[in-house]
Amino acid sequence: METNFYTYSGKHRGILAWILSTDHKRIGLLYLSSMFTFFLAGATLGILMRLELIAPGPTIMTAQTYNAVFTLHGVIMIFLFIIPGIPAALGNFMLPLQIGARDVAFPRLNLLSWWFFITGGLIALTSLFTGGGPPDTGWTFYVPYSIRTGTNVSLALFGVFLLGLSSTLTGLNFVTTIHRMRAPGMTWFRLPLFQWSLYATGWVQLLATPILGITLLLVIIERFFGVGFFDPAKGGDPLLFEHLFWIYSHPAVYIMILPAMGAVSEIIPAFARRTIFGYKAIAYSSLAIALVGYLVWGHHMFTSGMSDASRVVFSLLTFLVAIPSGVKVFNWVASLYRGSIQTDAPMLFTLGFIFLFSIGGLTGLINGALSVNIHIHGTHFIVAHFHYTMFGGTAFAFFAALHYWFPKMFGRMYREGLARVAWFIIFIGFNTLYFPMFVLGWQGMPRRYYDYLPQFQTGNIISTIGSWILVSGLLLMLFNLVRSISKGEKVGDNPWGATTLEWKTSSPPPHNNFAEIPTVTTGPYVFK
Amino acid sequence: MAELAKTSEAVHRDYTGAKIGMWLFLFTEILLFGGLFLVYAVYRTKHQADFHTAAAELSVAIGAANTMILLTSSLTMALAIAAIRRSAKTASIVFQSLTILFAVIFLVNKYFEWGAKIGHGLYPNSPELLAQSHGTILFYGLYYVMTGLHALHVLIGIGLLLTMLILTVRDRITNTDFVKLENSGLYWHLVDIVWIYLFPLLYLIT
Repeated sequence: METNFYTYSGKHRGILAWILSTDHKRIGLLYLSSMFTFFLAGATLGILMRLELIAPGPTIMTAQTYNAVFTLHGVIMIFLFIIPGIPAALGNFMLPLQIGARDVAFPRLNLLSWWFFITGGLIALTSLFTGGGPPDTGWTFYVPYSIRTGTNVSLALFGVFLLGLSSTLTGLNFVTTIHRMRAPGMTWFRLPLFQWSLYATGWVQLLATPILGITLLLVIIERFFGVGFFDPAKGGDPLLFEHLFWIYSHPAVYIMILPAMGAVSEIIPAFARRTIFGYKAIAYSSLAIALVGYLVWGHHMFTSGMSDASRVVFSLLTFLVAIPSGVKVFNWVASLYRGSIQTDAPMLFTLGFIFLFSIGGLTGLINGALSVNIHIHGTHFIVAHFHYTMFGGTAFAFFAALHYWFPKMFGRMYREGLARVAWFIIFIGFNTLYFPMFVLGWQGMPRRYYDYLPQFQTGNIISTIGSWILVSGLLLMLFNLVRSISKGEKVGDNPWGATTLEWKTSSPPPHNNFAEIPTVTTGPYVFK
Repeated sequence: MAELAKTSEAVHRDYTGAKIGMWLFLFTEILLFGGLFLVYAVYRTKHQADFHTAAAELSVAIGAANTMILLTSSLTMALAIAAIRRSAKTASIVFQSLTILFAVIFLVNKYFEWGAKIGHGLYPNSPELLAQSHGTILFYGLYYVMTGLHALHVLIGIGLLLTMLILTVRDRITNTDFVKLENSGLYWHLVDIVWIYLFPLLYLIT
């Protein structure tokens, strides 16, 4: 009972005990560490991009380099950080613990998923240094350019294909696990809300990712064999690629945000010390987002050439998908009402999430309106909207969850004061960095351009300064977390007094998670 | 069994769980091919006449033979599972081997079919093909990509069934523990059913 999963001795030793382990907790930490390594690479590219844009004209890099940098920033952040993000790292760690199971349904498949992830990531990074140079297509790989460019697109696509496979298999594993391995008494409506969000995400991963797989394969085949599916000279249609790409890539943003919403739904009851408001509404809205989110991809293509009828339908569906997100926001806020709110770091990040995600979500409606979309399509407004949902939304919730579950994963506490300071710097830096982009975009500054007109300089300078603030906050936060893994103060099994099952076992948990599988008799958020 | 279900060892013997996992995987396979069927639907609608004339070049005889072969292999696959259920190990091994044999014959036919087409200069980006209409270029593109991806699945299926064969010989698949074989069977039926759609869409639309 005294040994936890770190001290447990399995078949292998040293690093092999990690990279060959089928223990979901170790795999979760493998994801976490590899993911943050990629995140730092992506953030470095981001800060270089901002530095280039501090003044009009060439500043620190050539136009071609800039194209490669924004492509890689996108590919790394999307496919290597934010899509695997919360589910693969924290989901892996917490899913069996929260439902009272000893592991996921397919532990070896779980390990295989990580191997696909790390191989795919390394292949994508290899594409930078080999072949015809780093890909310069943007993370969307739009044809016909992605077929014609001489840069190393095929290898990068293959890497992303493997990442997609990894994501699909993780989804498969989680859906099966939640169906089959809940502890006795853990009915569907006693599941913690994080589980509901993982469940909905799992289905999106399963049903959307294969479309990306085949689309990327088709581009690779196109580059090697010139089949002609996307080449107008041979009768192909480049728009078809855009459709196929967004059939996956729009649901993918829900793969990114749903688990974030789930994590937030865990933290709010723990720090307001009362049950969540509207449990079922939050659970069902996760499913509704997954379902409707599957059908809105056309809103990425309002200016690409589509019939008016389809544009109206896609616009309407886009408005509809905002409703379940709104339901969640209202429920979170209502949960705070008359709670005894504690503003520890996880809660601060969560409140930051609600604020920033609301801005991101509401500007999404502006994008979704047909007439306005014509004006802001392809401008920095989109960049700002996207970062408010994905960084202000998903990443803030990720950081919140990381602080929240930190004592669970490591048995030690980070330094609270430092964490609050880091949160403050990140929050200020984030808004300084991205808010000016709304204004710049509205004024007409296009995205993905290496240069801009002189009248946009003020906004760009503010934004670049914001990037420095943001990065210093991020480094402070990571420093605090990394040092606390070994030097943090030891705290008990349940420092937050939270009520879900993962806190009922020791921290860090033993290899088998529970000495005895618990029997569940109440809902997840019952505070006495 | 009831007692076993409470321990962690039971985790690895959850047949229903294994089946759910396999079915979910099959969904993803269907969606993978689904992307191609979507491409097919779009271009077929745009180039009706070209698709009709181009399809006339394919050999219905070979296509039909391959359809029969795959359907029969699905039968032997099902018989192999039925055999292991009643502990008829030898019968199961024979039926599994037959399934693999049919799969190989299917690929040999495919090889000659592709070979003949390539011999006539009909392959993606060939000068011969590029001289033809857009619809014909796209039809042959779809023909190669769809049957190619399908053939790749047949190849993976052969590898999978060979593994199952070895496991059966070594008594790792028995009448109490055959979910691996059953799941492999499900995979094999998927390969079969994809072909059931490819055959009319590519060969019979003339």
